[in-house]
Amino acid sequence: MNSQFEATPLPLPLPSADLLSIARLVPQGSRVLDLGCGTGELLAYLINQRGCSGYGVEISDANVQACVARGVNVMQLNLDEGLALFADNSFDVVLQIDTLQHLRNAEIMLRETARVGRMGIVAFPNFAHWPNRLAVLRGRMPVTKILPYQWYDTPNIRVGTLRDFEALALQNQLHILDSFGLQDGREVRFWPNLRATRAVFKFQGQLPL
Amino acid sequence: MPSDLLLTPTPQSMHFANELLLQSGKSIRAYDISYETYGELNADKSNVVLICHALNASHHVAGVYLDAAGQPVKKSEGWWDTMIGPGKPVDTNRFFVIGVNILGSCFGSTGPMQANPDTQQIYGADFPVVTVQDWVNVQALLLDALGIETLAAVMGGSLGGMQALSWTLQYPDRVRHAVVVASAPNLTAENIAFNEVARRAIVTDPDFHAGHYGRHNVLPKRGLRIARMIGHITYLSNDVMNEKFGRQLREISSEHASGYRFSTQEIEFQIESYLRHQGDKFAEYFDANTYLLITRALDYFDPAAAFGGDLSRALSVAKAGFLLVSFTTDWRFAPARSREIVKALIDNQLDVSYAEIDAPHGHDAFLLDDTRYLGVVRSYFESKVLL
Repeated sequence: MNSQFEATPLPLPLPSADLLSIARLVPQGSRVLDLGCGTGELLAYLINQRGCSGYGVEISDANVQACVARGVNVMQLNLDEGLALFADNSFDVVLQIDTLQHLRNAEIMLRETARVGRMGIVAFPNFAHWPNRLAVLRGRMPVTKILPYQWYDTPNIRVGTLRDFEALALQNQLHILDSFGLQDGREVRFWPNLRATRAVFKFQGQLPL
Repeated sequence: MPSDLLLTPTPQSMHFANELLLQSGKSIRAYDISYETYGELNADKSNVVLICHALNASHHVAGVYLDAAGQPVKKSEGWWDTMIGPGKPVDTNRFFVIGVNILGSCFGSTGPMQANPDTQQIYGADFPVVTVQDWVNVQALLLDALGIETLAAVMGGSLGGMQALSWTLQYPDRVRHAVVVASAPNLTAENIAFNEVARRAIVTDPDFHAGHYGRHNVLPKRGLRIARMIGHITYLSNDVMNEKFGRQLREISSEHASGYRFSTQEIEFQIESYLRHQGDKFAEYFDANTYLLITRALDYFDPAAAFGGDLSRALSVAKAGFLLVSFTTDWRFAPARSREIVKALIDNQLDVSYAEIDAPHGHDAFLLDDTRYLGVVRSYFESKVLL
């Protein structure tokens, strides 16, 4: 058997510091949909440590199998095809952690997130982080730990900043509940657009007046 | 040589003396059901996995038969031997697997080829129409007879997947997990159409004799051949068929520069030769009346029908955890059909995982050796079933 798909029971490592910070935003006992859930690490943590339930969505075969091996519910779907499987307001929290930057239909998916969830949490690499700005000032696209790809072969087809997301949220009538930067698991609330590698937004769809 | 790792099952049969009322309102007074078991039943009987078969299969799910000299019989592997066995995704070192044969089959269970106990006549066309629900009821009775209350899992592909799904609705308290592979919540009109063509091929065979061919000592083999050829085309994908056969000629004619023999009757292309071979093989071992019954059961299956077509409401009684698997090139039981089931399960907040395997083989992929497919089933059984 191909070792990539061999089903060895996976260890349950603690999520990275950033993931732990994001996990703290998810209320205890929430029903969660994790879009682009990878190997199901965060969802498993939320289920085991915060009494949550729900589903992950993944496209990669190996990740789907890893989720199943962890006992995490997972749907193998292409997010660029939408969220037709999920009813309006059927989740307390919809997560898009390091997912938005890979999507062709990023804006539609944001609206879908607001439709399906009572709250959305989005995290993505902040392109305005100062080392990135410095690289661009020097005339080169940045290659960093969080954006480790060359400009010509990156899976991150969208790069944006905290300010960019604020504008996009406004344009889609999303109500931002909270936003901050993340730097090695620490919340950065002072000049986050300059000082944080990662942007985090908590939002909901516009409530009817 | 047989080894510890070689499964060598023995077909068994259970006799039921009580009358069975069928969904149609008709009944069967007494009947037998064939089954095979693999692995050991544990002390609290919590490791039972029931395998439901698809259209042309039987209770012989895994392992090989032995001949009188104790040697494995060639080509006697069970139809899901890639999936089930010692160390395989459904590991018979851990699970007690039961392969069960449906009522109406031609592989040992009571069916159209047997005699009606009331009349001592071969049933033939008089065998009552059976449904997926009837089959599940019979399987539940078999478990009762074996003293098994609950299933760790029920599993099947295609028609077998429909049975697995139906289990979770008919006996929600008896099923902990359901693995539904390459299946659908009902057949599309196109699928029913294919079934109808197959049935018409059989019933219009001059040897069919309104289903009582047994009394005339003939078999409607021509019809069965054509039915199988149609079915076979639809179980494969265009890509796989092209890759395997393309436009290859069976024999190149030396008389014409094109290589064609310019005959409408003879076999020209390899694909024709292959289909005829498959059809011939099938007509040798499969019973025409059973084919009619099974395709009809496929047509009828539709758990949402009683709920105005609302599958979410239909599945609201289910309690099991689910794994669904579909294959991207399967156009008879397309991924979209599996997603309908997945959506209805999500609507009911049930535990469900769904794998959509990008395999080239069409519907038949569910019987083949695909590491991603087998891997995800293995992971499901290792992480979820028996927990």
